[in-house]
Amino acid sequence: MSAKTELTLTINGRDHAIAVEPRRTLADAIREDCGQTGTHIGCEHGICGACTVIVDGEPVRSCLMFAVQAAGKKIRTVEGLANGDTLHPMQQAFMDNHGLQCGFCTPGFLMLAVGVLEREPDISDDDLLDVLSSNLCRCTGYQNIIKAVRAAAKEMRGK
Amino acid sequence: MTAHTKGSGLKWVGRAIRRVEDPALLTGQGRFTADLAAAHWVRFVRSPVAAGKITKIAAPQGAMVITAADLKGVKKITPMLHKFNYKAVGQPILANAVVRFVGEPVAAAVAASEEAAEDIADLVELIIDETTPVTDGRAALVSGAPQVHAEAPGNVIVEGNFKTPDFDAVWKNAAKVVKVDARSRRQNATPMEARAGHASYDASTGRVTLTCGTQMPHLTRTAIADLLGMPEADLRVIAPDVGGGFGQKMALPAEYAVLVWLARKLKSSVAWTEDRRENLIASFHSRDQYVTLEGAFDKNAKLLALRADVVANVGAYSCYPTTCGVEPLMAMAEMPGPYDFRAYECRARGVLTNTCTMAPYRGVSRPVITFTLERLMDKAAAAFAIDPVDIRRRNLIDKFPYTSAMGLVYDEASYRETLEMAVKAIDVPAFRARQKQERAQGRHLGIGFATFSERTGYGSPAFAARGMDIVPGWDTVVLSVDPSGYVEARIGSSPHGQGLRTSLAQIIADEIGVTPDVIKVTHGDTDRSPYGWGTFGSRSLVISGGATLIAARKVRAKLLTIASTMLEAAAGDIVLENGMAKVAGTDRSVPIAKMAREAYTQTHRFKGEIEPGLTETGSYDPPGTFSNACHVAIVVVDVETGHVTVEKFLVAEDAGRIINPMIAEGQVHGGIAQGIGNALLEEIVYDENGGILTANLADYMPPTAREMPPIELHHMETPSTTSITQAKGLGEGGSIGAPAAVINAINDALTPFGVQIDEMPATPQRIRAALRAAEKAA
Repeated sequence: MSAKTELTLTINGRDHAIAVEPRRTLADAIREDCGQTGTHIGCEHGICGACTVIVDGEPVRSCLMFAVQAAGKKIRTVEGLANGDTLHPMQQAFMDNHGLQCGFCTPGFLMLAVGVLEREPDISDDDLLDVLSSNLCRCTGYQNIIKAVRAAAKEMRGK
Repeated sequence: MTAHTKGSGLKWVGRAIRRVEDPALLTGQGRFTADLAAAHWVRFVRSPVAAGKITKIAAPQGAMVITAADLKGVKKITPMLHKFNYKAVGQPILANAVVRFVGEPVAAAVAASEEAAEDIADLVELIIDETTPVTDGRAALVSGAPQVHAEAPGNVIVEGNFKTPDFDAVWKNAAKVVKVDARSRRQNATPMEARAGHASYDASTGRVTLTCGTQMPHLTRTAIADLLGMPEADLRVIAPDVGGGFGQKMALPAEYAVLVWLARKLKSSVAWTEDRRENLIASFHSRDQYVTLEGAFDKNAKLLALRADVVANVGAYSCYPTTCGVEPLMAMAEMPGPYDFRAYECRARGVLTNTCTMAPYRGVSRPVITFTLERLMDKAAAAFAIDPVDIRRRNLIDKFPYTSAMGLVYDEASYRETLEMAVKAIDVPAFRARQKQERAQGRHLGIGFATFSERTGYGSPAFAARGMDIVPGWDTVVLSVDPSGYVEARIGSSPHGQGLRTSLAQIIADEIGVTPDVIKVTHGDTDRSPYGWGTFGSRSLVISGGATLIAARKVRAKLLTIASTMLEAAAGDIVLENGMAKVAGTDRSVPIAKMAREAYTQTHRFKGEIEPGLTETGSYDPPGTFSNACHVAIVVVDVETGHVTVEKFLVAEDAGRIINPMIAEGQVHGGIAQGIGNALLEEIVYDENGGILTANLADYMPPTAREMPPIELHHMETPSTTSITQAKGLGEGGSIGAPAAVINAINDALTPFGVQIDEMPATPQRIRAALRAAEKAA
């Protein structure tokens, strides 16, 4: 056990003043200290990507980052994607294309895909497949995730 | 932000409506077990060795560490089969004096945070006198092998034997005998959410609420109440959003019982979230089998007789409630598959070893037996110099109902039709031409077929036939139209990704004339759902769907009676649609919501002729049915590296009436991905000391989007007469057929090299080893 450090995490535009041990991962801090449980933890070793959030515009594995490293940075999680009652095009595309079953990996896939498409709206289908193979899903066989992300990419480019 | 479920006119069943489950899951509002806060956290201290005697467990000063010594009076997990020479073996919920596999929970460290509990667990002094372990199923059968349990001498815990009376005579008359020695390596179902439990004590009632990742909330309650000797009424089990199960969350974890015990002791809340390493080493495993299969054929390549020997490595204990008999005995019962033959002999053994306990995993034994039987068919085709499609045409069952050599009754299927659909869609002649062309350029393509049946939606007689002490099968649905006019179906099934809330709402909507958006399906809470068996074995749509239809028909009948009183018309003249009861051909109508309100608040108007309220119960316990499919894989094998790419996957399937095609296709996709993982990538590897070498997701590799080929689906709908909704289950089919199709395709690609791959996963190492051996021999 070690002393706690005070810091502020800015999640979806809201500041959370928290005190955590230096070993606290960003994923744990988001979920437990800030109460935003939409970000899920699937492996804690950076393979499955369920905990993916967007930090200063980049999708990151929040289980591989310490909370203290994220202080002062802009963090976006699945809770911040929709605009009120209007789903983000990526969320809507996942629903329309049945891109989720149990829903556990879904927040990670949404943040991964949104983060990459915001940075690179014209990404090729093949590069997109490479990006999506960063995360694991055990239910869908990926067919409908790929379909959903391609549909959302089109929609996001149109705006 | 609601599901797109509004609309009218069409029937709801058969439409790809959006899922009611999705909005919450898409916005981060899903509620999974690990989302709950707790006063106490548990870290389990697990055995680092595969076999031995515990000589010392010492906790750090002042820390709370629970061991078997604290759990006086707690029973062992002891599932039971009353047949097949089953030996009852018990698992203490924390290891008591002896450890039997790496990862077995030995002690529970308890602290105010997860980190603090981990720190304590790291400081627990655990001394074990190691003994020699046995980890391989065949090695455990060798005379003199280490004994895992004294109750099961020779390590055989269950043994099924079957032989048709005519077997020897038929065998003697065979023109050709073809043999396959198949090996299926061990897998882990790997749901993306590992296991998690949260037990909370309510001081005012003395009750404990256990929220956990489970597929069987009611049976979890029954089992833990039995183990701890407490009334079931004092335990509430909630399966909230559950992040996949695939069978791994069907078996009872010892850890959940420890949590309930702790919550009662501490009179507080206690939580445990399994990490991925624990999940890979100490959650349940599956598919570890050796199968030797011989087929006797006549001179026209018609199968006459089948002889099987199954050795299933079931690990260190027996899983509750199915027992470890589930793999070997299912192999024995369903080995005959979709083929017509009358003589059958099988010996199927479950063998104890010092490895993690086996439990059902999507498809249970069928991915393995289908792989073996389909390898046999391809080898036989080669032996007779005919096409793999042709040998299946000669042997598939085409007259129904059909009673298998084992005695199973196949009510209806379309084996030949789906094979022909697949053959046509994939264009076999065009593929063969391309294969020849590419081979000339050193690129090795192969095509593989798998035809199979998937037993689904079976009720209690099927489980009773296995001699199970706990016989699941039926399910119950309580359907209410409450005074608000909204509809609630409380179900005993416990879906966790299957979209059952949506599919059942479609069934109800059609029956009682309302739209799905006024229907709520409630599950996964033993305080609110009727006792039921949860979700496993491709059963829920058939059985819960059937119970839903039965309850909905009763509600419908009552609505018609109420409407006939309120509208002063004959019940037969009333139609229910769009939330209204109408007198056909007139403009007289009354909203169903108003009828519901009056069924509670204006009962005096019904003069005692109609019982108060609008709640009906349906239970369903069907005989079971079979879905079927033909899978086709096209692969490319890089003979230099042994790497396999699945280029295309095609499915022609028949699951009876489809309630929601979007959900049905999603189930098939997901199963195929797991099957491809099974065939190529996923393997739990033990070293010679019983340590696990694959304890993270970089070493144990479920497929990613990159490994998945495009999947082309073709459907047939042969309505089932043994399912009242005419629907059959299809949750497991993808994982049953895919391994066989992929492995057959690899073998087809490697035909010029004269190698045979009869082991899965067919990793690059195994393929290269086979190629090297063939080169050496040549």
